[in-house]
Amino acid sequence: MTPLLAATGEAAINWHTVMFYVISLCACGFAVIVAMTNNIVRMAFALIVSLAATSGLLFLAGAYFVGAIQLMIYVGGTVVLLIFGVMLTAQKAFVTMQTKASDWILGLLVGGTLLAVLVQLVFLIPQWQSSDYQSNMDAELIAFAKELTSQQARGDEITEEQRRKLELMAAKASEGMPQRTGEIGLALLGVRADKIENEETGLAGYLLPFEIISVHLLVVLVGAAFLARAKRHHHGDDQR
Amino acid sequence: MGEFFAGWFPAGWEFLGYTVAALIQAFLLVNVIALGAFVFIWAERKVSGRIQDRLGPTRTGGAFGWLQSLADGIKLLSKEDLMPKDADPILFKIAPYVAFAASFAAFMALPFASGWVALHLNIGLFFLIAVLGLEVFGVILAGYSSGSKWSLFGAMRQAAQVVSYEVPLGICVIVPVMICGTMDLVAIGDQQRGLFTNWLIFHDPFVFIVFWVYFTCAVASVNRAPFDLAEAESELVAGFLTEYSGMRWSLFFMAEYGSMILVSALAAILFFGGWNGPIPIFSALMDWFPDYLGNCWWFSSIANIFGVICLLIKASLGVIGMMWVRWTFPRLRVDQVITMCLKYCVPISAVCLLGVMFWTALGVPFFNDLLPAQERALVREGWFKTGEKQAEALLQSLSSSTDKTGDVE
Repeated sequence: MTPLLAATGEAAINWHTVMFYVISLCACGFAVIVAMTNNIVRMAFALIVSLAATSGLLFLAGAYFVGAIQLMIYVGGTVVLLIFGVMLTAQKAFVTMQTKASDWILGLLVGGTLLAVLVQLVFLIPQWQSSDYQSNMDAELIAFAKELTSQQARGDEITEEQRRKLELMAAKASEGMPQRTGEIGLALLGVRADKIENEETGLAGYLLPFEIISVHLLVVLVGAAFLARAKRHHHGDDQR
Repeated sequence: MGEFFAGWFPAGWEFLGYTVAALIQAFLLVNVIALGAFVFIWAERKVSGRIQDRLGPTRTGGAFGWLQSLADGIKLLSKEDLMPKDADPILFKIAPYVAFAASFAAFMALPFASGWVALHLNIGLFFLIAVLGLEVFGVILAGYSSGSKWSLFGAMRQAAQVVSYEVPLGICVIVPVMICGTMDLVAIGDQQRGLFTNWLIFHDPFVFIVFWVYFTCAVASVNRAPFDLAEAESELVAGFLTEYSGMRWSLFFMAEYGSMILVSALAAILFFGGWNGPIPIFSALMDWFPDYLGNCWWFSSIANIFGVICLLIKASLGVIGMMWVRWTFPRLRVDQVITMCLKYCVPISAVCLLGVMFWTALGVPFFNDLLPAQERALVREGWFKTGEKQAEALLQSLSSSTDKTGDVE
């Protein structure tokens, strides 16, 4: 993490940015190939490369856990499932698929809406606008520490509140980008490490909705397996 | 390492230093796979020869046939690169690279000694398991794009096998994570420091069982005999790589040997103490002469080099064990493979998971002196208190510095 962030400073050619452009070009290019290709297996291949490149972007952003989850769930799981589905269902007519004009319109509509939402989101949170989150954090911490020092030099006591603020800032600066697996796991159980300064929202967890959704998915899977299972013939029918 | 090379370049060109560091690490990792395949292909022939009461290679390069792998490589390079008429040309050509890249990418997060890892992830183990599952994609691509029904059969068999064996493998891998309280492979290895009784396999009887389940699942997930019905030569000729020849064929084999080394090294780190030898000579020396060797960089480097040797020996023993298994057991049928996975491996590993949980939760006496359970819990709680400690240290340094400046003034 440290060398990665250290390199994002004043370097004339920033390798972090270069890698970002390379990987995002890969992700976008293969996404376009998914839409342009007719052969369904090539589509699946392009999709898997695009998803893997997206996980590369997450790794570049320092979100290792989310990146590995992306690899495991989307690249590993879903695409294997997709390929199984393609292979077990693909008949002559479905192996090559033509993209119709209506599909293009619908796709552009959905994609454009998503892009608009995401662009708005990107510029919504001030921290995301700068690539040097860490150095800003460090600068803030140092400034506050200097303020406290001068306060101490003047002979004033450091209040409990200021002390707590310093602790929080030090914690934020030492953690860097939020990336701890333990914190994400605890967040699922109802403890939000990133919101611990706010007593009311600190304990807001998503365990119950998450559990309900996952059980729902399990029910759907069991139902699908039940409907799709091979119908068993009676013993008498076999002897016919 | 990145910072070290960045210092060589003028300001503004540090990225070249990071590139050099990345290239060196990639070169080293590629050579782990390449040299590993080189050695183990020769070893496989020797081991199989011994087991079948033959000698194996004896001529190429001296009495032991050391250079047999090199001769094989030259033969493969000079072979014609064939492609069937019905094959999908792009996917057929790209499939070996996908399989190899998936196997290679996993090495990125594999530590070879304490801190000697290309990419230190705090979720290294999870990343490794995620990447290991990607290898099946190259296999499916190869099987599908060959335009041959034997290849397709082989690919489907292997996909079914690998995907189903991921489940018990995942459960087995959770056990060391549960004991150590982290998914960081470096931390898991470092927690097993000390005498060999500290290795996790001696932690409690459940872990001992889990290791054998892990080994079985690992053999199945790298598609080695007795789980090699995907390339059963009597029925499917060679399974998903029936249509491949020359270098593309050997890339698949490099990927297979790469994954064998990977799962064996992972077993060594998770269960056999990783880079820690059976007797802690170096840490004992460090304890005896803390003044001379405590912060000595060359001494810790030597210790780490011995650690790498230790890990590679353990991993090689794992690979040779896999070879032994391959030439000893008969091949399983497809129903036996799935029975083995679902009826034996999954329940055994799940029961052991519960057993380890109760063992650690109830504080049953350990056979070793890993950190006691309460202490480890404190370390884990410490994650939230690091900020507090830092602030404390900062405040102390601030007050001391103001005191000093006050004295001077």
